[in-house]
Amino acid sequence: MPRIGVFVCWCGLNIAGTVDVERVAEAARAIPGVVHAETYKYFCSEPGQNLIKQAIQEKRLSGVVVAACSPSMHESTFREAARMAGLNPYLVQIANIREQCSWVHTDREEATVKASAIVAAMVAKVRRDEPLEPLKFPVHRKALVIGGGIAGMQAATDIAEAGCPVILVEQGPNLGGRMAQLSETFPTLDCASCILTPRTAEVARHPLIEVLAYSEVREVTGYVGDFTVKIARKPAYVDWDKCIGCMLCQEKCPRKIPSDFERGLGSRKAIGVNFPQAVPNRPVIDREHCTYFEKGKCGVCAKICPVGAVDFEQTETVREEKVGAIVVATGFDVLPREAFGEYGYGKYPDVIDSLAFERLNSSSGPTDGVIRRPSDGKIPREVVFIQCVGSRDPDKGKPYCSKICCMYTAKHAMLYRHKVPDGQAYIFYMDVRAGGKGYEEFVQRAVEADGALYLRGRVARVYPEDGRLLVKGVDTLSGQAVEIAADLVVLATAAVPREEARGLAQILKVGTDEHGFFSEAHPKLRPVETMTRGIFLAGSVQAPRDISESVAQASGAAAKVLALFSRDELAADPLVAAVDESRCSGCLACQPICPYHAIEPKALKDRQVASVNAGLCQGCGACAAACRSGAMKLKGFTDEQILAEVGTLCL
Amino acid sequence: MAYRYFPGCTLHEQARNFDVTARESARRLGLELAELDTWQCCGAVFPLATDAIINLVSPYRALAAADGAGADLVTLCSGCLNVLRRTNRLVATNREIQEKLKSFVEADYSGGRQVHHLLEILKRDVTFEGLAAKVSKGLAGLRVAPYYGCLLLRPPEDMCFDDPEAPTILEDFLRALGAEPVDFALKTECCGAYLALRDGGRSAAAAVVRSAAAGGADLVVTSCPSCSYNLEQAGTALPVVYFTQLLALALGLDGAFGGHAVDPRPVLRKKSLLPEVN
Repeated sequence: MPRIGVFVCWCGLNIAGTVDVERVAEAARAIPGVVHAETYKYFCSEPGQNLIKQAIQEKRLSGVVVAACSPSMHESTFREAARMAGLNPYLVQIANIREQCSWVHTDREEATVKASAIVAAMVAKVRRDEPLEPLKFPVHRKALVIGGGIAGMQAATDIAEAGCPVILVEQGPNLGGRMAQLSETFPTLDCASCILTPRTAEVARHPLIEVLAYSEVREVTGYVGDFTVKIARKPAYVDWDKCIGCMLCQEKCPRKIPSDFERGLGSRKAIGVNFPQAVPNRPVIDREHCTYFEKGKCGVCAKICPVGAVDFEQTETVREEKVGAIVVATGFDVLPREAFGEYGYGKYPDVIDSLAFERLNSSSGPTDGVIRRPSDGKIPREVVFIQCVGSRDPDKGKPYCSKICCMYTAKHAMLYRHKVPDGQAYIFYMDVRAGGKGYEEFVQRAVEADGALYLRGRVARVYPEDGRLLVKGVDTLSGQAVEIAADLVVLATAAVPREEARGLAQILKVGTDEHGFFSEAHPKLRPVETMTRGIFLAGSVQAPRDISESVAQASGAAAKVLALFSRDELAADPLVAAVDESRCSGCLACQPICPYHAIEPKALKDRQVASVNAGLCQGCGACAAACRSGAMKLKGFTDEQILAEVGTLCL
Repeated sequence: MAYRYFPGCTLHEQARNFDVTARESARRLGLELAELDTWQCCGAVFPLATDAIINLVSPYRALAAADGAGADLVTLCSGCLNVLRRTNRLVATNREIQEKLKSFVEADYSGGRQVHHLLEILKRDVTFEGLAAKVSKGLAGLRVAPYYGCLLLRPPEDMCFDDPEAPTILEDFLRALGAEPVDFALKTECCGAYLALRDGGRSAAAAVVRSAAAGGADLVVTSCPSCSYNLEQAGTALPVVYFTQLLALALGLDGAFGGHAVDPRPVLRKKSLLPEVN
């Protein structure tokens, strides 16, 4: 005979305010098999947990139902309490009478009846529970970090400093990411490369970090502690082992093409590196623009190379690695040019985006750090900055705030004034969002010390007139229409996920939000974890972030990885699918249904059956629903349990 | 598809050349533009006050009449299109206003019809390739500034006419006629509309014409009598014509180019698109 205890939590007034908890306990006592029922103000508190432990021991309970908040909140708390009292933790069920009852109802009578029904259903389920033991897995103490920007490098360094080897995969030819494109950083005006390059150098020489530049993650299989990753090295057409980094090839290459790194403002050669401090300092041939690949002749680079490193026949190579955890730090992009016809972005050369302005400011940029407008190279006397281009614009762009633009625009206005002391910066803004240490003071400095003129309002149109750009907007504070003849217009375009991120999310089987940013497991409490165990997030892959936040999040992700690596083996919930081999017909209808590729055929003596890899199984139950012979069971959620639950609720 | 043609007041008065060239061209293209039997002024301005239901009565009546004749409405004037299309959408989506209009007008129309602009019909039914094939007198060498103004495009969620910031339908139309569309910055800017009558201020219209002239246009093309009036009165020598006038010309019909404040005929003669007069 089962001996079940029911514990009805008040949750202060969260539950007790709407549900008559005493009546729920009373009703529970009447259910056959229930030998104990009580209420308490907060069962999650230490005295509350002690009440449960005490009842388990004194009443020799064989099952526990806690009627309280969602199992995502305190299921683990109560299971642990049960374990300490000597009861198998999987014999504890949560009846959610808060989120699914008291919070969504106002009528006390109805809510009380519903709460009693939910409790009865969970009692029916717990009667059919079986004790389960956590699964154990070994851990490969090696991490994969995807993305060689500031976030990825921070995570890699932190993990490596703790003594665990790291593979750092960067899709571009060099480390640095977006930060390598920046001129100075807010709110300190440190030169970006001055603080970035020591970090890249550190990563490059760290004995425990292996940098795989110009590489992509193609396939990820396995599970936390035991991922198998296929990494493709794209052909650079230069043997990086032979190359000595003299860059003679770049110097002599006759082919000049517009540079993406310079946002189209400068040119680069068909072979070479993006910027002088590139790490690794190894060139790549841009096959699409190389004369040799187009016409079959040229090969100047191959002739000039003193060590014969140029190899036009190089092909992609794929290697396989075993890692225990993955950090995704692939960063962000900005909204493409085509989106804003009214600003003439992409049509008028002197309408540029903020990333291009960073390049104009950068001492290694196309103008050696002198701010010149792209059309004729003149130094602009009036510059209009437009914020929220695409951001906070549900109709045309993105509804969210891109977060970094207020600060970098203030920085741009400042840097511009420092370089052009008689120049005037105008900034059209919606709100100035300067939350952060020293951020508001920084914006005030732009206004007070550097004379940036902030105009609260939107710009309707930008068009050329008499050799300048006429910016028509509105100042909503004075209610006046504003017209400014500008020499340069800089658009703070929305930060968006990188195009490749969607594919990567599929490879990793990690969820994304509606915009394509990777989803964290919990927005407040698990911000660096994904719903897939062992995969963590750092930086702007999750949402637009500035450098300091990216670095903080990267260190957080590294700490999570190291916590995993600190154990000899990992315990996992045993709530996974299992096959009753005596009933399995071996039809394998379950195999293509499994989203985690956890099901494989297994040969018995005379026939085949399905078998589940418990490490891969996430316990979604799709296979159990699909199984025709009822051989596939999801532990903790068997058909008998679910039917008992539903039957109690509905009958 | 049957259409009922809603000319609007101006096309029966000031803008007769717009009306006449549209009818003739449509006939040549095999489109039937039967005029709606009973129509009144569309109201000219779509009311912005949510309780200004009386202003919707006239456009509602036109819509209900077309529905009674089993046809959609087609119009030429940007202003009429704007009022009729927005009224139609409001009737279709706002039950309360629909009920009030029904009982006031004593008609049973719930917004099931569509309001078309002739340009849209040309694009969809005739297609611009089909139109190009019917052009007998291509407008080669004529540089035309396509002026959209605001009423065709805005508000975009109501009008659904074209990209409100970077529209192309007039350009595509002009190319089909063999003319060369001129890109200019203010092609979607407001001409000043009725504000132009106040204090005689035509700075908005003047900026538009300047912008078109800077693009090297020989003339401006519009779909709106109000725009046409303002641009012509803006004090420049750039002629302004209706798109249907160029359509008629390209189809070998009379473009009815007389009566403009800025005479377009000299430039058309210069481009050998009209015969020289002796």
